[in-house]
Amino acid sequence: MINPLAKLVPGLLEGKPEKKPTRDGFGNGTVEAGKENPNVVVLSADLGDSTRAAWFQKEFPDRYVEVGVAEQNLATVGSGMANEGKIPFIASYAAFSPGRNWEQIRTTIALNNMPVKVCGMHAGIQTGPDGATHQMLEDIALMRAMPNMIVMVPGDAEEGKKCAVAAARNNRPTYIRYGRASEPVFTTPETPFEVGKALNLWESANPKVAIFTTGSIAYQALVAAKTLAEQGVDVIVTHFHTVKPIDREAIITAAKNIGKIITLEEHQTTGGFGSAVAEVVTEEYPVQVIRMGVQDEFGQSGEADELMEHYKLTAPHIVAKVKSVTGV
Amino acid sequence: MALTDETLQALEDKAREIRITVLRMLNAAKSGHTSGPLGMADIFTALYFHSAKHDPKNPDWAERDRIVLSNGHITPIRYATMAHAGYFPVEECLTLRKLGSRLQGHPEREKLPGLESTSGPLGSGLSQASGMAYALRMDKNNARVFCLTSDGEQQEGNTWEGAMFAGKYRLYNLIQIMDRNNIQIEGNTEDIMPLEPLADKYRAFNWHVIEIDGHNMRDIIDAIDEAKAVREKPTLILARTIPGKGVKDIEYDYKWHGKPPSDEELPRFIEQVEATKTV
Repeated sequence: MINPLAKLVPGLLEGKPEKKPTRDGFGNGTVEAGKENPNVVVLSADLGDSTRAAWFQKEFPDRYVEVGVAEQNLATVGSGMANEGKIPFIASYAAFSPGRNWEQIRTTIALNNMPVKVCGMHAGIQTGPDGATHQMLEDIALMRAMPNMIVMVPGDAEEGKKCAVAAARNNRPTYIRYGRASEPVFTTPETPFEVGKALNLWESANPKVAIFTTGSIAYQALVAAKTLAEQGVDVIVTHFHTVKPIDREAIITAAKNIGKIITLEEHQTTGGFGSAVAEVVTEEYPVQVIRMGVQDEFGQSGEADELMEHYKLTAPHIVAKVKSVTGV
Repeated sequence: MALTDETLQALEDKAREIRITVLRMLNAAKSGHTSGPLGMADIFTALYFHSAKHDPKNPDWAERDRIVLSNGHITPIRYATMAHAGYFPVEECLTLRKLGSRLQGHPEREKLPGLESTSGPLGSGLSQASGMAYALRMDKNNARVFCLTSDGEQQEGNTWEGAMFAGKYRLYNLIQIMDRNNIQIEGNTEDIMPLEPLADKYRAFNWHVIEIDGHNMRDIIDAIDEAKAVREKPTLILARTIPGKGVKDIEYDYKWHGKPPSDEELPRFIEQVEATKTV
């Protein structure tokens, strides 16, 4: 059953959920952070409407900086502004930031330890028709390998807002991954949110598998959990909106008590969230970890839901994987 | 401050002392870059001992002029100048590049008070300096940002992104001083990837450009004063310098870009620097 303490949207799995892109959370979150702290600024690389940076621009035109199509400049101007006490959110597509400007982020933000918030939009295959060039699938791996960097992947627009607000307060280099497509909103303002702390979305009495998720695919896991419960297969679904620092305790507890883990992410399985989970499990309490995600290949053009189906990341594929793992 | 002959002489003497410290620290480190630091000694001396507003006892002073070193590999000259200016003991310079030292091979802001940024990978400093200048102007802080760059790093795309940004936003509080020494690690800049006409390129990017002899103390100081007076756009001081300046044996030789003086060479090089004193 849905964990009542998660305070998810009432009746979530009964009707059709409201859908919004997680990037809306960036727009709303930066506006809220901007009201809270006058040092918050937003830098945009010519994609303000698409990234929702324009929402901040509308509220705070004097604190919005257009850098042009220049992602290396985006990161380094951001670093310089942070030097002077600003809290810069730098917005572009994840394929370009941190894709193109990774070294600038490494040197001038992470090593330099500047509280710049790198916000990568259009991450994941659900970027859709734009195709593989724009479907960033390696950003979690790139960013979590970097010392000093916090990495967050919100599950929905509501959580996306909370991530931005939290990032504005943390005084740390931070990466937040956002998506393009409209996706179900399953959390509420009341849903607990603490950076670095995973949240159980679905619980059951005698779980056979722990499903760990990051990003919007959490909703698919919930749909799968419901289907599995109806078929008599108990699982838990734990959502990690923070990939770094990762909630080691949640992972170790599941490894000990449940013994099988499936990870879900809209990202390469190499080096991503599943790898982060596997690193903890192999060191602390080795059990089987099965990583679902994109399997060492690039994406392609298509509609978001078609691509999720093609890459076997929808609820029915999760159900099938759980069954094959448990031998049901 | 009036620029008397005595002032100029004192600055030139200081630059000479700093060059000798640079040679000693590189020799002790057994690795590092020699040409660039020696070539920029006069400019660093002018900044830290005359033209920039700063306080070694209060490196975080809000109104200090920001001195941003983009080409981090010439950091020995920055360390040596800062030490002579009183930021830390000159003897500490001999820890350059050693385990546990605050004087990293390329500068790290968090390790040593008074560095504005972490640098080394080329071409990022101008954008960082532009970000600082932009933020200072937002806050109505009158501090200036001096960004020291190399000519080699003008080959980096990021440099021109920064130049375009500073031009667009008319960052008059940003002064770039480029070490135009014509060399880079593998040879002469105009052979590897020609940069000229550099002054015209910057003018086309809406910068004010001043060309000077980077070893003439009066020229350096006058150019900085002129740059401070420009209120419409950022200024580039294109400083023509001699790589390895002061050590006759290595002047103009690109092979000294990235190696230190040996134990055998050190006393001879120091003698050559001392011999540059004109009475």
